[in-house]
Amino acid sequence: MTATRSEYCVIACAEAWRDAGEILASPMGLIPSVGARLARLTFSPDLLLTDGEALLVRPDGTPEGWLPYRQHLALVTGGRRHVMMGASQIDRYGNQNISCIGDWARPKRQLLGVRGAPVNTLNNPTSYWVPRHSRRVFVEKVDMVCGVGYDHAAGARFHRIPRVVSDLGVFDFDTPDRSMRLASVHPGVTVEQVREATGFELAVPDEVPYTREPTAEELELIREVLDPADTRAREVGA
Amino acid sequence: MSDKTMTADEVVSRLRSGMTLGIGGWGSRRKPMALVRALLRSDVTDLTIVSYGGPDVGMLAAAGRIRKLVAAFVTLDSIPLEPHYRAAREVGAFELMEVDEAMFMWGLRAAANRLPFLPVRAGIGSDVVRVNPGLRTVTSPYDDRETFVAMPALGMDAALVHLNRADRLGNGQCLGPDPYFDDLFCEAADTAYVSCERIVETAELTKDAPPQSLLVKRHTVTGVVEAPGGAHFTSCAPDYGRDEALQREYATTPWPEFAARYLGGGPHDRDPE
Repeated sequence: MTATRSEYCVIACAEAWRDAGEILASPMGLIPSVGARLARLTFSPDLLLTDGEALLVRPDGTPEGWLPYRQHLALVTGGRRHVMMGASQIDRYGNQNISCIGDWARPKRQLLGVRGAPVNTLNNPTSYWVPRHSRRVFVEKVDMVCGVGYDHAAGARFHRIPRVVSDLGVFDFDTPDRSMRLASVHPGVTVEQVREATGFELAVPDEVPYTREPTAEELELIREVLDPADTRAREVGA
Repeated sequence: MSDKTMTADEVVSRLRSGMTLGIGGWGSRRKPMALVRALLRSDVTDLTIVSYGGPDVGMLAAAGRIRKLVAAFVTLDSIPLEPHYRAAREVGAFELMEVDEAMFMWGLRAAANRLPFLPVRAGIGSDVVRVNPGLRTVTSPYDDRETFVAMPALGMDAALVHLNRADRLGNGQCLGPDPYFDDLFCEAADTAYVSCERIVETAELTKDAPPQSLLVKRHTVTGVVEAPGGAHFTSCAPDYGRDEALQREYATTPWPEFAARYLGGGPHDRDPE
């Protein structure tokens, strides 16, 4: 069986929660949600998941706990959570913007608002998911810092951005100055393609590995159990 | 003990232009829309609105009633970007205090606890501090010396919330899975008005529901309004889900046209008055 691009993305997202232990996986977006449930069903069985509202649920939807917003916010500041948020813009140090495009005082495009990005980034590991990698998203400088990047975090106690996953590859900040590095490309993608689609200079190691292949069991879980309607292909096409 | 029942229009008759109003619910969930509609039918304006924003903010923005907004986001959930809020922001229609979701909650808690601020590990390093030059920080007096944002109390003249049930005295019951922050809004505001799907006898409240569902206490409530469908078109679990069709219509129809039907007692106005 050959994996599709969207399935490599699922694997790359799932890997964010490997060895995470008994913490809450909070995926935002469809492919991260499939990834979190895949991790829970395979290599990270202790993960907690929510129904997207106020319940903690098993992968089949059976409730196992109550987590209204007030408790969810306390869980964030307690740190036992790894969230994967979206990003309308992200820069080389991992500053993220979901608030607005242009001047904040009178934006060209009003987006969602800062939401919980400031509290997330200072309290629990925060990764990002970008379904369409482009220079409009991967920018030199974000218009409004919502999620705090490494340069602005200034060594904050609990700040950590484990990874950024896009439809082209996986990125981390394992560089001396904590700037973004290409960690892997998805099979079918070239390093040149990633550079072209990125609006800042990316750290690129001499040898860039491919994002790992899904196992046969993982592919079956994705296709038969977690997303039989193939909604993942609507978020990331072939 | 006093009977606090009143109509939505009576609630609005107690509100004044220039006031700071808190609105409960979250996004497009359990918003006190019957009270917001009554507010929109009045000429009360120049408001400071404190809200985990949804169509309440969108409508008040479209109608030009907002002087200042305190929010972490405005969304219709199934429609991520609130079109009327967006349009208003893009012409710079009002002042905005944009804070993080947790900062917002600690601001309500500070007000409810009569504290001037509470420390919160959020905001530092982000542009929330840049766009809110009035925000101050506070450094831990203990050995760790960590610096926090000192989130100021979000005090309010009045809070508007919608719940599933209430009695005539103002004891409010939430039967849905998430209370959001409605109890905090009522505790943090000088006055609070609770609309509900049904007013019942006090004994009825706990006949089939656990005491933990009694979210809002009567000493924090000024007025109670029976408003079946009072959150519509937002969701009000378990009584009803979101009316996605009407929400889509709201999001795609010019406001004056939608308002004529939604506020004018047309087929969608399920306000009982």
